[in-house]
Order: sequence, then C-alpha cells, then structure tokens
Amino acid sequence: MMHSLIDSFFLKEFDNKILKRKSDSAVIKIGAEDIAFTTDSYVVNPIIFPGGNIGSLAVHGTVNDLSVCGAKPLYLSLGLVIEEGLDKKTLAEITKSISAAAKAAGVLIVTGDTKVVEKGSCDKIFINISGIGKVYYPGLSGDRIRPGDAVIVSGSLGEHAIAVLSKREGISFGTDVLSDSASLNMLIAGALKASRNIRLMRDPTRGGLGTTLNEIVTGGKFGIALEEKDIPVSEGVREACELLGFDPLYLACEGRAIIIAAPQDAAKIIKVLRRDRLGRGSKIIGRVTFDHKGKVYMKTSSGGLRLVDMPSGEQLPRIC
Amino acid sequence: MCLGIPMKILHIDGDDATVSAGGLKRKADVSLLKNARIGEYVLVHAGFAIEKVKTKEAKATLKIVGDIDEIRR
Amino acid sequence: MKYVDEFRDSRLIKKEAALIRSAVDRKWRFMEVCGTHTMSIFRFGLRQILPDDIELLSGPGCPVCVTPNGYLDKAIAIAGEKNVIMTTFGDMLRVPGSRSTLEIQKASGCDIRTVYSTTDALDIAGRNPSKEIVFLGVGFETTVPTVARSIMIAKKEGIKNYSVLSAHKTMPEALGSLAGSDLKVDGFILPGHVSAITGTAPYRFLAKTYKKRCVVSGFEPLDILQSILVLIKQKSPKVEIQYKRIASSGGNPKARACIYKVFQKCDSVWRGIGKVKDSGLEIKKCYADFDAEVKFHPRPAPPKENKNCRCGDVLKGLIPPVECKLFGKTCTPQHPVGACMVSSEGACAAYYKYRGDRFE
Repeated sequence: MMHSLIDSFFLKEFDNKILKRKSDSAVIKIGAEDIAFTTDSYVVNPIIFPGGNIGSLAVHGTVNDLSVCGAKPLYLSLGLVIEEGLDKKTLAEITKSISAAAKAAGVLIVTGDTKVVEKGSCDKIFINISGIGKVYYPGLSGDRIRPGDAVIVSGSLGEHAIAVLSKREGISFGTDVLSDSASLNMLIAGALKASRNIRLMRDPTRGGLGTTLNEIVTGGKFGIALEEKDIPVSEGVREACELLGFDPLYLACEGRAIIIAAPQDAAKIIKVLRRDRLGRGSKIIGRVTFDHKGKVYMKTSSGGLRLVDMPSGEQLPRIC
Repeated sequence: MCLGIPMKILHIDGDDATVSAGGLKRKADVSLLKNARIGEYVLVHAGFAIEKVKTKEAKATLKIVGDIDEIRR
Repeated sequence: MKYVDEFRDSRLIKKEAALIRSAVDRKWRFMEVCGTHTMSIFRFGLRQILPDDIELLSGPGCPVCVTPNGYLDKAIAIAGEKNVIMTTFGDMLRVPGSRSTLEIQKASGCDIRTVYSTTDALDIAGRNPSKEIVFLGVGFETTVPTVARSIMIAKKEGIKNYSVLSAHKTMPEALGSLAGSDLKVDGFILPGHVSAITGTAPYRFLAKTYKKRCVVSGFEPLDILQSILVLIKQKSPKVEIQYKRIASSGGNPKARACIYKVFQKCDSVWRGIGKVKDSGLEIKKCYADFDAEVKFHPRPAPPKENKNCRCGDVLKGLIPPVECKLFGKTCTPQHPVGACMVSSEGACAAYYKYRGDRFE
C-alpha cells in the first residue's frame, strides 16, 4: 500500500529527478558540496520495546538513511507530535534516549518543533526527524551494480520486528530478542574506507531484506540469487517466526546494512565489518546474477528453489 | 492455519502452562491434553497444546529415511 | 528447534528424494489438502526436488479460502456496530467480502484487532468490560477445540462480553465431495494437525469407497517427501500415518469432546464447492450467549461473488491458478479478488509468490 501510495500520488505530484531515484536520502548539490538530505517519521507501537524506544529508533533511522548514501551525518531536526496526557516520565525517558543516541552517533540536533494534540488525535507520540550530512563517498547507485557482485548483510535479520511484536497486545510472548536498532555511521564508514568498489547500500527497515532487495532489482537489469543457509537469522527470531507464521526475510531491521560490492572486495569488507561490534554477524548472502532479471530468488536449505517476491500488503503495521 | 510448533512445558498451573521453544516463551492452555507434564514437548497451535510429541516416533521417523525395506514394509 | 530442524536436514531430504526418484515408475497425482502443506511445499522449494512425474495439487484445506463472501459480509456488519471490538486471526483481514474487507473497515475506524489465540481475545474482553468482543471463528478441527475451550472458559468465568461468529468447517465431508467428483487424483496428503484431532477413522471411506491412497503427513520437508513415498509404495489404497510423532489413529478424544460440547454439525457452504452436508459447525443453543449470530443478528445485503473468479475450481484442484483469467492481472496479492489470493496459504497466493512449480 505504501509503495502504491508513493508511486500513484506523491511521485506524480512532486515530479523531479532527485525524488524519482527513491533513495534512502536525496543527494543534492549546494555550491560545490554534495549534501545528503533525508526525513523519516516514526510511529512505532509500542513506543518502548526491548532494546530501545521510539526516540532512539528515530535518531538511528535517520542517521542510517544518511549513512547508506555515503554521507557523514551531521545535523538533525526533531519534530514531536505528543498526545495530551502522555506521562512526563515516559517523555523524559524518550528525550534522554534521543539525546544519548545523537551523542553516540556524533550528530547535533539543531532545530525542532513540538505540538501537543488532544487525546485520541495521535497514539502517545509520533516523531519526525530530518537530517543532513556531507557526502564523502559519492556515486553510490543501483546503476553501478554488475552481475557477479556480492550481496552482504551486516547482521542477523528481523530482531527489531520481533522485539516490537513481543510486546504487542494480542500476540505477546516472552523472548530474549532485543531490537537491533543502532546508528551504523561508523560501521559503514569502515566498510567504505576498505573498498572503492561498493556499488550501493541500503538499510532494510520496514519490509525487511526481501522488500529492499526487490526494490533494488526493479528495473530488470539483473537478478539476485540468495543462499538460505548463509542468511543470518538468530534462534530467537526463528522461533518467533515459526510460532507466528512470519518469514524473517520480510521482518524489519533497524540496525543492519545491505552492501552490494564488487566480488573481489567482499572478503575484505566482511573482515572490516566484523571488527565492529555492530557488524559481528556480517555475511555474504548471495550474488547479483545475469539471469532471473528483475527477480530475487533463493536456494533453500532443503536444496530447493523459491522466489523471494515483494510482499503484498502491510505485513506488520507500526513496526517503525 | 494449522501452524503449530513443538514446545517444552516449563511450568503448569491448572490449565495454564508456560511453554518454550529455545528462548521463546509463551503461555499455553493444556486443557485439551490428558496429564500434561513438565518437561514434555507438546504441539502448540493458536495458544493451546493440542497433542504431545511422541519422542520415540520422532526418532523412528528420522531413522527410516534411507531404509527402503522399512518404508516398503 | 527441537523436533523441527531434524526434519529439515538437507542430507536426509536428499536421501528421501533419491528414494522417490527410484520408486517412481509412472505419473502420479496427489492432492495436498492443508493450506499449511501448500505453504511448506513452496517455502522449501520441494517441487524442484521432486521428479517431474509427481504432480501435486492444492486442495481446499485453506479455511480462509473456503470461507464464502457472505460470512465476511456478516463480520463487516458486526464490526461496524458501536462498542464492538472484533478479534481475528491475521489472515482474515484482507479477504474480500462482497463490498469491502476488514482491513478497509479498520482503516475507516472499526476496532478490529489481530490475535494469535482465543485466549488473547478473552484477555481483551476482560480489559474492556464495556465493549463487546467478537472472535471470528475460522478454521478446521485443529482450531475448533481452541475456540470451543474459549467459550467454555467464558461461560465458567461469567464473561458476558465475548462471542464467536462461527465459520468453522470439518475436513472429511469436503474430501468426500471432491473424491466423488470429476477430480482425478491417485491419493491425498492428509492434514497432519487436523488428523491429530480427528484420528484416521473419518478418512477411511476415501480408501475404501473411492480407492484413494491416503497418508497423514507432517509439515516439514522430510515429512512431505516421506509421505509421497508412502503413497507411491502402497500396495492397495489405505490410510496410513507418516506423522506418527503427533498424529495417531485414535486422534485426541478430549479435544473432540470439547468440539461437540460447544458445537454441532450443520450444512456449510464452501467457496467454490458449494453446500456440503454436515461439514460445518454451529454453536449449540446452550451456548447461545456466546454465539455472535444470536447476539447481533447480522443481516448484510445479499452476497455478491465475482463471476470470473475461479477460486472454486482452483480449490477443487481442477485448474492451476494460472488458468484463471483474473490471476496475476486483476487478481494479485496486492489487489485480491478471491480468497485463494489473499490468504497466506491460498493456492493462488502461494503460486503467485513462488511463481509456480518450476522456475523459468
């Protein structure tokens, strides 16, 4: 629904070259500088979940959108819409988290806005964070992808989605899984330093790896082949998926990067990623292919073959 | 719709049990079973334990793979 | 995961597949009846592993898929009433009724919530005493005992704001209807968890009267492959159990007792098949306080079905999804026309998602 809304309404109305690229951040030229500019709104339910809260999530999400475009995140804006009656303790906790997350990522919150709305007009608190950064690794683009390129993921899938779900009314369960929500700017900087042949990076948030990879192959110039046995999924996420009938390929991650790079640099990139705490679980999970253009498919652990299609409909509402 | 996974009973209190699969814990109702016991594995579907896992049979099913005579019976 | 991973071992799967290949001496056609089997086959890519001589058809074992428009229309009518919190398994949200879906109604302001279990619905009832909580009872014999228990618990604990709108159905009668029709199959892969409740007695007539080979199968790739081998190796049609770690010939008598304490058999309309005698379950009069039909008397406008929708023929295994004119064009997972496309276990959804049984 989100994709069709974007395509049929917004792209039509706000038609321009930069927007059409549909990148995680827009890269714009201001004078001689390439500046990355992004915005994201956060409506996660519940607002506090194992491993984080809506505040830290918001900072990490926007920092990551800038980072995957090869930019050093610098400044954030903070827009808050608060439901009347939200208790002060919760608001203090969220504010502290925003501050801590920004500090840890080395970004400054330089402007903001706050609105309080009547009870029932929003669900506790919604956050919008826009961010700008300076591009230091220009040219990251799907156009650079070639058959044979390695597809790398920086860690296990679906931790954020399962952590959030475990606290949802109607399907609550006990789990050790914590949200993977984290700022990846340092991790990514390390990878970009290690290789000049990184083609594209994305963070697989809403809709997870499966959705993101399908977005990458749209256009039909190449396909992507995955190896199920190489895709990292923690036991905790796997157990929850088996119980509830979810597919980890489509579960949101908020602290993971997908990196597509030249095959000869893949091992080097993995080594660098794994040196960082946030990249310990990095793996090469597949390759870009000549055949099956426009599709993502996967060799299953049983030795069979399945298509990994774009998921239909909202898999899990209000996950980020 | 017939989604169910084997989970281990950790604790029972009347009809309410706590079951786990690895690190995953949930409550499950065991009123559809006779004499559910702590330590047993049960199949959990939609929040209820609907059958016990027969461990001997599980082992046997794995053993007969590759045993043509056993399958031919 | 114990009792799961061992049955996904790729070495054992390879062995089993090799056994099947050496045993296959002619073309075989089997119908797998349970929606969860449909999903497993596609998820693990089992069609790639099986020889071409084995054809697997998807049958009407997806309870969401066989639920007719009229039921959705009633659910939507009730959801629109003031003070109602509708609780449902997630699959039902996007199923098209005659004019709308629960998802659309939710977006329009109806309080409709996804739950994993009827116990979650009872919890919501406890926390919202001024609201009426209605649970959409969709599912076969695996799920019915859990719904029956929720009604028994509600009665025992004096919970007055909980009721169920039943669309529950039972398997064996529908299979009989198929076996006696123009469907050409050599045998059935029977639903493992439904059978864990019913036992094998209700299926014996398939082998005896209709001469169909039958096997009660588990859901892991090894289970399904082993079950296919069992079917090929049967010397004469009978009902066997592959899923011995869970299912037994006697089933679960306690669970069956719960079903028939709360529910009684009735005729039921199956999308695509039509009315099948005694294949439905309605709430008994003594539990009328928990029957949403009695509580709300939903009277929506007469149901409308799309004339070009061939869910029925797909459900009966007469055509593969691609032969429906709407498949992939007007009817896609994003804009489903029929229930087979909406449900995560529907044959059309699985076909669309995994693009059929062979890769280009």
